[in-house]
Amino acid sequence: MPNPPKPRTMSIWEYANPKKFMQTSGWLLPWVAGLSAVALVVGLVWGFFFTPDDYKQGSTVKIIYIHVPAAMMAINIWVMMLAASLIWLVRRHHVSALAAKAAAPIGVTMTLIALFTGAIWGEPMWGTWWAWDPRLTSFLILFLFYLGYVALWEAIDNPDTAADLTGVLCLVGSVFAVLSRYAVNFWNQGLHQGASLSLDKEENVADVFYFPLLVCIAGFVGLFVALLLLRTRTEIRLRRLKALEARERMA
Amino acid sequence: MMPDLGKYAAAVLSAYGVTLVLLAAIVGLSWWRAARVRRALAAQEDRMARDG
Repeated sequence: MPNPPKPRTMSIWEYANPKKFMQTSGWLLPWVAGLSAVALVVGLVWGFFFTPDDYKQGSTVKIIYIHVPAAMMAINIWVMMLAASLIWLVRRHHVSALAAKAAAPIGVTMTLIALFTGAIWGEPMWGTWWAWDPRLTSFLILFLFYLGYVALWEAIDNPDTAADLTGVLCLVGSVFAVLSRYAVNFWNQGLHQGASLSLDKEENVADVFYFPLLVCIAGFVGLFVALLLLRTRTEIRLRRLKALEARERMA
Repeated sequence: MMPDLGKYAAAVLSAYGVTLVLLAAIVGLSWWRAARVRRALAAQEDRMARDG
């Protein structure tokens, strides 16, 4: 007797189907893009125009509204790429591999913003643009890993091989994503201070800076999701285009 | 309207400037490439539908 058909249940794996992904992401994208634009504008305007200067740092404290969200995203995008790569390596879902590929240039941008704004902030506060501090150094290495990851995708013609090898590279680079987050906790000699958003009140930034910062973080997260959806859709279309071109040549 | 940034004006403004330029660049690039690929795929599908 044949097995009865499995009941249809909603599951996250449905989005591994490119068609389903295109449908849902097409509907979602304008909403995410709109909401993240609102959060970014509100957060940055609030932070730039309507927060006081810090008693120690003067007006440079305003750099927190771009530096902290960008640095968080630089690390978290790599973690998202790690999850997507693992799903590809284990379950062979193409959408997952393409999402990791689509995320990397956004991560490059966020890492660059974090490094640039950090240098611009470091110069007046620490008296130097750059120091071989644990957090700064692991961030620079993370940036190089991002570049290597993007380059590796471009260097390999076979998309499945490219997804395999970049997936392994992503695993290796995760060491530095984790280090840039936690190095500051166990290498005490660094210049860079600890977490800005820890729940520990002693270390945390004051509320007047904290609330606009939360809005900015929401804006950066939303911007990433919107760009990720847009870019993954492009990758899926590009893949279909390549397949159609190949079919045409065969005919 | 402009807040008084004091002696750190150059640092704060250049940090925001660099950030806005980089964000605009990634949004612009992603958008431009999305439109280009969407058009190319539509053209290919049309042609194959016509030619059978």
